[in-house]
Amino acid sequence: MKRFTKTALLAGTIMASATAASAVDIEYLQYIYDTRVEAVDQLIAKFEEANPDINVKQVTFPYADYQTRVVAANMAGNGPDVLQMFYGWTDSFVNGGVLQPLPKDMFPAEQIEADFFPIVTAMKRGDDYYGLPTAVRSLALFYNKALFAEAGIEGPPETLDQLVDYASQMAVKDSGGNYTTVGLTVEMGGQDHQWWREVLVRQFGGAPYSDDYSTVTYNDAAGVAATQWYTDLTTKHEVGYTGFMDEGQAAFRAGRAAMTIDGTFRLGSFRDIADFEWAVAELPANADGLRSNYASYFANGIGAKSEGEELEAAAKFLAYLSSPEAMQLWLEVVGELPARPEVALTEANLADPIYAPFLKGLEYAHTTTFVEEQAQRQVAMDMANRVFLQGQSVEESVAEAAAAEQAIIDRAR
Amino acid sequence: MAMDTTSPQSAPRLSMRTRRAIWVWAFLALPVLFYSVIRFYPTIDAFRLSFTDWNLMSKPAYIGLQNYRDMFASAEFWKVFRNTFAYLIIGTPISLLLSFLIAYFLDRIRFGHTFLRALYFLPFITTASAMGWVWRWFYQPAPTGVINSVLGSVGMGQLDFLRSTTWALPSIMVTAIWAGLGFQIIIFMAGLRSIPQTYYEAAKIDGVGDFAILRKITLPLLKPTTVFLVVFSSIGFLRIFDQVYNMTTNDPGGPLGTTKPLVLMIYQTAFNSYQMGAAAAQTVVLFTILLFISLLQLWILRTR
Repeated sequence: MKRFTKTALLAGTIMASATAASAVDIEYLQYIYDTRVEAVDQLIAKFEEANPDINVKQVTFPYADYQTRVVAANMAGNGPDVLQMFYGWTDSFVNGGVLQPLPKDMFPAEQIEADFFPIVTAMKRGDDYYGLPTAVRSLALFYNKALFAEAGIEGPPETLDQLVDYASQMAVKDSGGNYTTVGLTVEMGGQDHQWWREVLVRQFGGAPYSDDYSTVTYNDAAGVAATQWYTDLTTKHEVGYTGFMDEGQAAFRAGRAAMTIDGTFRLGSFRDIADFEWAVAELPANADGLRSNYASYFANGIGAKSEGEELEAAAKFLAYLSSPEAMQLWLEVVGELPARPEVALTEANLADPIYAPFLKGLEYAHTTTFVEEQAQRQVAMDMANRVFLQGQSVEESVAEAAAAEQAIIDRAR
Repeated sequence: MAMDTTSPQSAPRLSMRTRRAIWVWAFLALPVLFYSVIRFYPTIDAFRLSFTDWNLMSKPAYIGLQNYRDMFASAEFWKVFRNTFAYLIIGTPISLLLSFLIAYFLDRIRFGHTFLRALYFLPFITTASAMGWVWRWFYQPAPTGVINSVLGSVGMGQLDFLRSTTWALPSIMVTAIWAGLGFQIIIFMAGLRSIPQTYYEAAKIDGVGDFAILRKITLPLLKPTTVFLVVFSSIGFLRIFDQVYNMTTNDPGGPLGTTKPLVLMIYQTAFNSYQMGAAAAQTVVLFTILLFISLLQLWILRTR
């Protein structure tokens, strides 16, 4: 009898420790977007196969209230172990105690900086990294090959001057003077504000912000010239206007815009276009051949509340999410570019006519450190609207925008 | 049997009245509790939060009247304030006048009465966001927008509607008026029906004209209905959000903020900027305006 008890006790202990070992449950949070959820499901399956002692549960929320839910869950003490977040939210998430730094032993800074595209430093605060991306996004020029052929234009514009020239050739108006096709979509509310900020301002010889993004510096001759060039698209060259067919991407999809500037994330929706062929080109250079781009990404970070074996499991999962294998899968399922040059700049990808222009853009891209992307976008939209709708001079409008944006940055810091 | 006359319990017998009160309160307790937790407590808490700096993540820090000072000093706030009152001051009278006229004439016809009434009521039961999007497309420039395409085909110029700093607000207001019309018509018709026919018969016998009947009988007797609708419609216009939000998602609040109402500003401050304290201060202002306007209207239209 005594022996039986001992055996039972032993068996019980073994079973208990076995369940304890297999019972590390961690939670992964991201927003709802079909292909992203699908990709993470596949990644979790592979990760769990390799790490049978860890269970990852994916929790998703609609994008519109994703940030609010993350913050609310964190306040309630139910913060996730690993979460996906836009790089632009880093400041508020770090200051708000949502994130903890990545463990330095597993993610040494030198290693990160050697392995990832330089834009990864937007996740660094002091000496600590607060997240790593799986995939990155950049901008490119989408163009409608059918409209180009109709106008007898051979290839995409290489320079800003060609861009204006081609766009004005392809813009069509009816007898009443209304556009039926625009040469280039003009929409600050789309990706144009990124194009204007990180590309045009630089191409006209300026810089949008100081190096640490704490001071607005586009209120100078270069900023005014860039803005003048941009607003001239509508007011002088008449290649298109804001609001045509509601949204630039809708106009392009409908075959009523010859060109539009948009990001990798638009590939999915443009791939269903059946009526015409389209292609992608690098953003045009200025007369001196200077190019620039805007890159952004969603990163994965570790929740501040994660500790002990959960923290260990979370770090392992995050390492897997930013591994070359995961990046390749992400590219295939979601269509976003890998965040490690070794995975991104493969021969196959560089030969791909669609990925290549975006990948080239990554080499010289800038990543704006936003304190509040929506509010800063609104500043750029209002700046253009004051010129378009109220006839304000470009100088005054740029000055007003710079002051408004500086106020937003100061408030957040 | 003698046993039946005494209560099985030793507790004192409650009077019928007390027992009924207990029953009533037992049933009312749930909604009262519910409202206290999800309505009254947050409302009162908003006043407290309006004196703090809180971004949801940190602890709310008491900053006194700073939020109010910032708000009253901001040009954007006053623009939004003017927009909100434009919705109210233009929207309420027009929607009431229209709904009264329609109800007045609809009340007199028999042919197609039910059908027409249903037709007017339809927008009221349609989701505001769906309607917002339909109208958004109506208002597009040619070749997408129906209105501009028609204008174009008869050789007239285009109207910018939502892209114009002048016309964006009226364009949105039209859809809000249209959406609320059905409800107001139904209420007005119920009010018209409740006026006793004998007054009209007496007036007819005395040979009073239609306009005099309207002025001396219908309108005065319709006053309770009108008061209700004025207050109801004013609150609706002061709280306008769905239409504006859905029709201007490209540039939230219209070009240069020309259509932005207070509620959208509160939404943006709270859920885009996460400045909960400032948003609470804006909410307190909205609450005060709603309270003041409602009381003012009740006082103006009171029965003397």
